[in-house]
Amino acid sequence: MNESARIVTFKMDGREIGAREDETILQVATDNGIFIPTLCYLEGLSAMGGCRLCMVEVKETSKLVPSCVTYAREGMEVITNSERLAKYRIMLLELFFAERNHICAICVANGRCELQNLTVNLGMTHVHFPYFYPRVPVDASHERFVLDHNRCILCTRCVRVCAEIEGAHTLDVMTRGMDSRIITDLNQAWGSSVTCTRCGKCVNVCPTGALSEKGKAVADIAVKKQFLPYLTRMRRGKQ
Amino acid sequence: MHPDELLDLIDKENEARSRWKHTIHICTAAGCLSCRSDALKEAFDKEVAAKGLAEVCAVKGVGCMGTCNAGPMVRIEPGGIHYGPVAPEDVSEIVMSLDGDPISRLLCKESAVFSSRQHKIVLENSGIVDPERIEDYIASGGYTALSTALATMSPSDVIAHVVQSGLRGRGGAGYPTGLKWTTVAKTGSRRKYVVCNADEGDPGAFMDRSVLESDPHRVLEGMAIAAYAVSAFHGYLYVRAEYPLAIKRLAKAIRDAERHGLLGNNICGTTFKFGVQIRLGAGAFVCGEETSLISSIEGNRGAPRPRPPYPAEYGLWGHPTLINNVETFANIPPIIRNGGAWFAKTGTEKSKGTKVFAIAGRVNNTGLIEVPFGITLREIVFDIGGGIPEGRNFKAVQTGGPSGGCIPAEFLDMPVDYESLASVGSILGSGGLIVMDDTSCMVDVAKYFMEFSRSESCGKCLPCRTGTPQMYHILGRISEGGGTRYDVQLLEELCDLLKNTSLCGLGLSAPNPVVSTLRYFKDEYEAHILDKTCPAGVCAMASGRMVRQ
Repeated sequence: MNESARIVTFKMDGREIGAREDETILQVATDNGIFIPTLCYLEGLSAMGGCRLCMVEVKETSKLVPSCVTYAREGMEVITNSERLAKYRIMLLELFFAERNHICAICVANGRCELQNLTVNLGMTHVHFPYFYPRVPVDASHERFVLDHNRCILCTRCVRVCAEIEGAHTLDVMTRGMDSRIITDLNQAWGSSVTCTRCGKCVNVCPTGALSEKGKAVADIAVKKQFLPYLTRMRRGKQ
Repeated sequence: MHPDELLDLIDKENEARSRWKHTIHICTAAGCLSCRSDALKEAFDKEVAAKGLAEVCAVKGVGCMGTCNAGPMVRIEPGGIHYGPVAPEDVSEIVMSLDGDPISRLLCKESAVFSSRQHKIVLENSGIVDPERIEDYIASGGYTALSTALATMSPSDVIAHVVQSGLRGRGGAGYPTGLKWTTVAKTGSRRKYVVCNADEGDPGAFMDRSVLESDPHRVLEGMAIAAYAVSAFHGYLYVRAEYPLAIKRLAKAIRDAERHGLLGNNICGTTFKFGVQIRLGAGAFVCGEETSLISSIEGNRGAPRPRPPYPAEYGLWGHPTLINNVETFANIPPIIRNGGAWFAKTGTEKSKGTKVFAIAGRVNNTGLIEVPFGITLREIVFDIGGGIPEGRNFKAVQTGGPSGGCIPAEFLDMPVDYESLASVGSILGSGGLIVMDDTSCMVDVAKYFMEFSRSESCGKCLPCRTGTPQMYHILGRISEGGGTRYDVQLLEELCDLLKNTSLCGLGLSAPNPVVSTLRYFKDEYEAHILDKTCPAGVCAMASGRMVRQ
């Protein structure tokens, strides 16, 4: 964080709010108890702006802006929840469900899944787009972890945590569009990866059941994503 | 190379030219080369030597002459006689007739009307200079803009001319070039980059390829002037690997320019230095988007990042970067040579200068044209393009590729400029122009462009990644006879979602072909859905192959 950052004041949902100019709208909202849904953003990792759920309205423009990468500006007026935003967020969630095979009843993340929680919180009741039902594999070759592409939403949290925090960069994304897949090393089985340090950070940041630990009962799998902000702070030498 | 040496070279080249009584220009751009114009050139070389005319008659490989459907093209100077298509068997007859009357059966019918309505600034050398000889470019006035700028103008003077010219980015968005240059020039960084975006990926577009193949030095000169104006010392040319001829000629042009002291250190005898490297793109449409292009040059996956910060402030490796399209850079040398005010005289109030279009589809004359802004679509399609073949009816013109829309006949008299096209739901784009007649099915056209967007989506943001395949499948269902009214509603919802929530230009503009066809040709969608027929006779139902119900 920049020590010399200026303080700006702006309006969020009608409330006057003070923030540092190097803080994003999402960070400011979180600090002030305002909920903005997101799936790809995670504190401690670089923001990628891919899930588009955190889009908010800014008064001066008709365009929606992603709050995870938009910085607070003096005098701006932000609306984090409106009918228009709610409609788009539900459509985006529906697109996630139609994209891969998210069958909650048989998913290891059932009950602690961020995608599932958001659908409940935002009031999504059904998917009105046709399902694609893609044939995607499960990679269970690793001795400790499983990568199930059926549940993957391509938020790339795992890719970023592996590269930015662990420094291994074992995980990455292959091909493009709907065919995009998370891969390990040069698209080889995870079990044969020589770069994987088995740290498990990727499993801990996965918002869905795409990455899970082997040999644990579903109820025992707890996600410890709080360690990321702590790690990044410690590495910068600040408490 | 000092300015005096440049003048010496021009004199020498002109002296050599004055010895030639006749010059035979043969198009050696990719279009004509695919019709074996290289063999034709060889045949001319042999014939001229055999007839003992080698001393007075020059055979010259040049760039694109524009009339691509009549290729391979040959032009005889003096006289400006255009022949096309020419076969190696015609060579002997042409050489025999050099001092006599032109051969009427070989005369290119399109060339007269094709060229009379055009106004060439970017293509002024195209089809005239040999793209593989720097001396030819210099003798045609090349690199004088660079040497004048370095010798007599300050960087801010150069920018002032570009601002005054009113030039707008030719890559599609139409952002004012002068403003972009000013922004990069004013950033404090000591390390800056100039990048030429030659990743032309629109289906049906080949303007940038033709400029690079026909006049590569013009682009290099434009980049060097830009680098001087914004104080950059290094540049990249991002060219897609599918353009091997353009890459070959660019590589030679860079080597030649370096050898003549027009790139590299101490350009034109001054302290200014600027080096250019070519980077090959692996053929991803999304890499035409500037943040993806930057990511690709850096060696990463070609995926966009949210803007701001814009590349002008935070570009290659985090340094300020000026990114312009090939055609934008190609406009720079004439602007500096003749002044910004001269350029601003052409075009409309908000869109200055000319635009190069690649005209293709159901039109008599296909090829490369350059017209001033403000010309109407009717003039382009019916005068320059020669109208619709086989006496069929005009239906629509598609501009801007997969990011653009279809414009119906009612707007044929609309002037062509950035704002007018946007007002009818299309965009100028990089300049692809596809003409359609009544044999084109608009649902099929929308499906075609959606398939393109679907396969070119990078997959980073959700609406584009899954929204485009959803739309493609819905359009497929409609064209197969299985569509319902609800499908049209779904399409409209998805168009709205993509236009408002996508991350980069690809997703934001991907719905345009669907939106514009739904707007102007809804009756065709209804015919597919309600009557289960394709009015144009293209889709599955028309041939009795109805697949789904």
